[in-house]
Amino acid sequence: MDGFSVALVSGLACLSVFLATTDKGRRGLELALRSLWLHKLRSFLSMLGIIIGTSAVIILMAFGEGSERDVLEDIKRLGTTNIIIRSVKPPDDANTNRRQMVATYGLTYSDLEVLKTVPSITRLVPMRIFPQETRRGARGHNSRVVATVPQYADVNELNLIQGRFLVDDDDQRMNNVCVLGNETAKSLFPFDEPLGSSVKLGEFVYVVVGILADRMPTGGTGGSQAAEDFNQDIYIPLQTARGRFGERIMLRAAGSRSAEKVDMHQITVTVEDIDKVRPTGEIVRAILGDPDRHPRQDWALTVPLDRLELVERTKANIRQSLGIYASISLLVGGIGIMNVMLATVTERTREVGIRRALGARRSDITFQFLIETMVQTGIGGLLGVAFGVVYVFAHAGLKALPLAAFLFQEGSPSPILHVPSITWSLSTAVGVGVVFGIYPALRAAYMDPIEALRHV
Amino acid sequence: MTEVLRIHGLHKRYSHDSAEVHALKGIDLVVNQGDFVSLMGPSGSGKSTLLNVLGCLDRPSEGSYHLGGEDVSRMGDDQLSSIRSRYLGFIFQQYNLLPQYTVVENIEIPLIYQGVRLNAESRTRCVALAELVGLGHRLDHRPMQLSGGQQQRVAIARSLVNKPHLILADEPTGNLDTKTSHEIMTLLSRLNMSGKTIVMVTHENDIAKWSKRIVRMRDGVIESDEANIPDPIDDSGPPLPMHLLEEAA
Repeated sequence: MDGFSVALVSGLACLSVFLATTDKGRRGLELALRSLWLHKLRSFLSMLGIIIGTSAVIILMAFGEGSERDVLEDIKRLGTTNIIIRSVKPPDDANTNRRQMVATYGLTYSDLEVLKTVPSITRLVPMRIFPQETRRGARGHNSRVVATVPQYADVNELNLIQGRFLVDDDDQRMNNVCVLGNETAKSLFPFDEPLGSSVKLGEFVYVVVGILADRMPTGGTGGSQAAEDFNQDIYIPLQTARGRFGERIMLRAAGSRSAEKVDMHQITVTVEDIDKVRPTGEIVRAILGDPDRHPRQDWALTVPLDRLELVERTKANIRQSLGIYASISLLVGGIGIMNVMLATVTERTREVGIRRALGARRSDITFQFLIETMVQTGIGGLLGVAFGVVYVFAHAGLKALPLAAFLFQEGSPSPILHVPSITWSLSTAVGVGVVFGIYPALRAAYMDPIEALRHV
Repeated sequence: MTEVLRIHGLHKRYSHDSAEVHALKGIDLVVNQGDFVSLMGPSGSGKSTLLNVLGCLDRPSEGSYHLGGEDVSRMGDDQLSSIRSRYLGFIFQQYNLLPQYTVVENIEIPLIYQGVRLNAESRTRCVALAELVGLGHRLDHRPMQLSGGQQQRVAIARSLVNKPHLILADEPTGNLDTKTSHEIMTLLSRLNMSGKTIVMVTHENDIAKWSKRIVRMRDGVIESDEANIPDPIDDSGPPLPMHLLEEAA
């Protein structure tokens, strides 16, 4: 909790202690509650603005927290110290260019060698992707064949449920081994033990050495980072793929075929320290941006950490607009309350006169009406917070209701209670009570007692 | 005899819609401890204005006003509030009880503004006062559940709770029938006999004759100020527990 929240909490605590323990405070509180209870509907209606304002703040902040958590988890899955470089097919190299049958683009082995010389890089994990049907007897599965190195499992935090991942030996010896993603394994081996069995990729047969645990797919980031579903993958050693499949990749589409030559589809770079992620990203950008190396922009660089900044910015934006919404609704609520309090003061003019005659000072009258307004906005704030908190916890249930599909998109973030927002909105509500209660209270206090006593 | 209040050369002017109203034109008045004064006069004579000044709800434009030895004519608003809560008890024509409070809570109100801590002891005193005015069985009733005479009794009890030097009554029987008026006046007379100083505004001769002194006003000046011998109190009813007054107020 930051200092601001601490100050707010202690302010609220002092106010509550004052109201609960001192004679004057308790009497003021009791009096306020009593006169609010006398006009239940009126009090509730005038509180509505505050209730809506505070609950909106709680709920929107909770959604902000929820989406932040979603993004943070995504970043964690991508790895905070990672930089991801991907091969991108340049737009001018589309299939319409018939003279070039084989599209050559992307990251090369030479890039990999150069990147190995950057000192802050601790690990380079290249990978190639082949869209290739995997067969096992009569069963086929359209999986993504990923040719990579053993470190790939660490970088992407892949867990095995059976067997082992690729090892260096597989790569050096160009072994025909593969590791199956969870879904792929289930689809190819619905009934029997996959480990030690073999699957066929193209013309070659590979022995299954490991099965991955089920893993959530990562979310995509715009154009530079596609969503990845690790469950559909098959992993084979990079050198094996080079030997067995060659450099060209044949792509078959309906009625046409094309080929492309891509050394590597992606290199995942791991940096030794989170502080060096951005500088290293710049270095990589400078190396690959050399026109001799890559005359066209056929690569893209993603720094997952950058998304963290985006989240921070989004969060700041959310807070700002929240501040505006909250101010507007609290302003409206405050005006509503002031209106009702002015009416109340007029209605109770005679009471003010009586109290003054019986010895009440102006400050006693001010205190009485101010406390009444503050109690009103405070209760409104509490109700709003209660509603907001209940909503946050009931969201999952509400989302499951049949009609909720129209309101909530698939995969929209779930709200997480943002605790400081409770303090903010409560103290703002009480503050609104002070701001909008002071004028009616002073108006009551500065009435002429004689006039007030004559009031019918 | 101790003076409760002394007014000398009192003037009160209002500017009302740019026209100046000269409501009190030099009033001299002394009220002693134990007095029971009736202020009489036609409407516009200034008797209500005088009562407001006496009640420290209004300040004189000119002249001095000493209440219990203190000059209150130049006091600020907060000081006047304090004087009201310590020295004065009010009884109004409209009873002026607070509808959201019970009988005993209404009696307690002046104590709140006196800064007295409400506790079992103060509650006992308030209950005793309610019993004194004959409402010991109605402690938890709201004003709306009481008759006019009963409400006025509560108001009298309330005016006694701060042990005032002076009780100001503004047409206390104005809204009551003859029989109830009689009861209220009996109560006030008994309070006076036990030592309470009372200044009462009325325009009814029948009511004024209960007091010991009748001050008649006309056009902002005192026209006459004469002693009156009140009729002996009709003691046919059950006796009021006057001992409670000594204990409670």
